[in-house]
Amino acid sequence: MSTPRSWNRLPRVKPNAVYALSQRGDCMLDTLPRPLLAYGNGRSYGDVCLTEQGTLLLTRGLDRFIVFDRKQGILCCEAGVTLAEILALVVPHGWFLPSTPGTRLATVGGSVANDVHGKNHHAMGSFGHHVRALELWRSDGSVIECRPGDSVGLFSATIGGLGLTGLIRWVELQLMPIHNPWMWVESQRFANLEEFWALNRRAEASWPYSVAWIDCLAQGKAQGRGILLTGQHAPAQAELPVFKEYSKRIPVDLPFSMINGLSLRAFNTLYYWQPLKRQVLTHYVPYFYPLDAIQNWNRIYGRNGFYQYQCVIPPCEAEAAIASLLDTIARYGEGSFLAVLKTFGSKPSLGMLSFPRPGTTLALDFPNRGDKTLRLFERLDAIVREAGGALYPGKDARMPASLFQSGYPQWEAFDKYIDPGFSSRFWQRVTL
Amino acid sequence: MNSLKRVVLFGATSAIAEQTARQLVAQGASLYCVGRNRDKLTALIDDLKVRAIDHQRIYGCVADLTDIAQHAHLIEAAEHILGGIDSVLIAYGTLPDQKACQLNASMTRQEIETNALSVINLLTLLANEFENQQRGVIAVISSVAGDRGRQSNYVYGAAKGMLTLFLQGLRNRLAKANVDVVTIKPGFVDTPMTAKFDRSGLLWAKPEQIAKGIIKAMQDGKSEVYLPWFWQGIMLIIKHIPELIFKRMSL
Repeated sequence: MSTPRSWNRLPRVKPNAVYALSQRGDCMLDTLPRPLLAYGNGRSYGDVCLTEQGTLLLTRGLDRFIVFDRKQGILCCEAGVTLAEILALVVPHGWFLPSTPGTRLATVGGSVANDVHGKNHHAMGSFGHHVRALELWRSDGSVIECRPGDSVGLFSATIGGLGLTGLIRWVELQLMPIHNPWMWVESQRFANLEEFWALNRRAEASWPYSVAWIDCLAQGKAQGRGILLTGQHAPAQAELPVFKEYSKRIPVDLPFSMINGLSLRAFNTLYYWQPLKRQVLTHYVPYFYPLDAIQNWNRIYGRNGFYQYQCVIPPCEAEAAIASLLDTIARYGEGSFLAVLKTFGSKPSLGMLSFPRPGTTLALDFPNRGDKTLRLFERLDAIVREAGGALYPGKDARMPASLFQSGYPQWEAFDKYIDPGFSSRFWQRVTL
Repeated sequence: MNSLKRVVLFGATSAIAEQTARQLVAQGASLYCVGRNRDKLTALIDDLKVRAIDHQRIYGCVADLTDIAQHAHLIEAAEHILGGIDSVLIAYGTLPDQKACQLNASMTRQEIETNALSVINLLTLLANEFENQQRGVIAVISSVAGDRGRQSNYVYGAAKGMLTLFLQGLRNRLAKANVDVVTIKPGFVDTPMTAKFDRSGLLWAKPEQIAKGIIKAMQDGKSEVYLPWFWQGIMLIIKHIPELIFKRMSL
């Protein structure tokens, strides 16, 4: 079996053993080398899903549904089920995931463990807000059912708990009603950051989904120019378009990154000036998951892999810090086509280590150019730290321990919920 | 095209059968699933019930199919519950530890019992039912391992080879009764049964791919199918290596 890797293909580390789970009642885990760590569908970045010791438990074999209440929209399923499998089941019955990240290839267990968020955070909060219950298998052999507000606090430790509180075996979700699989989507161009803030404020008041793409290379007066994409689920329509999904794949590992300063500048300029229609009926698949249409898109960054830098900045510091981050990135001259800006709502996350919090989040991918890239991150870290922000563990392969600890003040209190039989490379790295 | 509306799965919790069951349910079938392990069967049935819509019937029955005394009763129960049987898939089996079998004659006999004789018992009963109703499909998962005996796996190979030959004769007999008998020969499949092997490499297939091939072969009333298709070429070569050379090889 090839060594499981995270989505950005960094770092390259090997566990001592790999064990594929196929039944949720599997109790053979006692004999496996420890520490243990769950590995779902490999969509998180960095090393939250990796270990250099012990055993990686592959959870994709836990892919069964358990109960689906079609009237109440409550679905219980095993942790290795992907969001795509859930949507394929529930959308025809008029239900949808109330919170979904930008890929539907993540597993439910991974979505809980990273408390993922989506374009509707300002309206619906994050994934953890919609978990009604979950079951944990602990390395001492006990099995614990956790619900929000449990007296022990194990639920809030497990939401965003990076898989460290035990193995999540099943999850019960509250779904959200929809009328059809289509979305009304509106795109608006903004010429700079200042326009973004104004536009975004109005958009969030009237649209449940809102996210901005930005041209990370634009400087000066055009700094932060981009396109704001807002959407809502479509009400009943007399007539719906036909949707057929096509998927392509990058067949081989490219020897070098296709994304460089030149290709990016050309791409961003064309993308920014694309003709925009006001309101379009778009199927939920291309709206929420445009990149899922290209399997293995991570290969375009070449054999050396890439990093994602995703931070959140508190509201009062956001305007200045985001400008300063973009300035630093533009001067560095590289970034990604995938530069995303979004404001989180005020709904507090349930997890002790949840990333979503009031403020603005900026996310970019960078091809791995070794030290040069790492030095850029150090400059970005300084801005984030200064502004009282935090980086997203599920997207990180390199943040310094001090930045993690300042961004997640509950990390020490979290310690008592960690299953002593579980650990990850990430956790060892940030709690030194 | 054969109807797959009411299907009985023997060995329903095997990885290949489970994927086949999901795809059949998605196509609107009603299923009667027989499995040995209660927890696995319950998990399978719960999952299939979530995937099915109201009028589809999904039933599970815990039984150890090496207990041949139960066979007649199981067929009767399935027929009663589904209101008739359109097709049957026999998917149970074990992968013997060849080395251990070499040292233990009773283990060898036990493996042949499970993988060949009990299946033949079941097939004998099913054949008469299907001959009477003058229609339907009987599909059985045999293996490429049954095409030629090899030092690394010949206990399993012999059992599957016996099945393949039995099915050939049965197919010949039931052709007159308008009943299709399908022999499925999967190659290497990434399932818990093969968990001990290094499963990287191009020859390994996913159970969902195999399941798709099985359903198609059953619908089309195929005779023998290799899954994935390229195993036909591989086995053609392996079958034609002269014994004089083959006996010195270590396949």
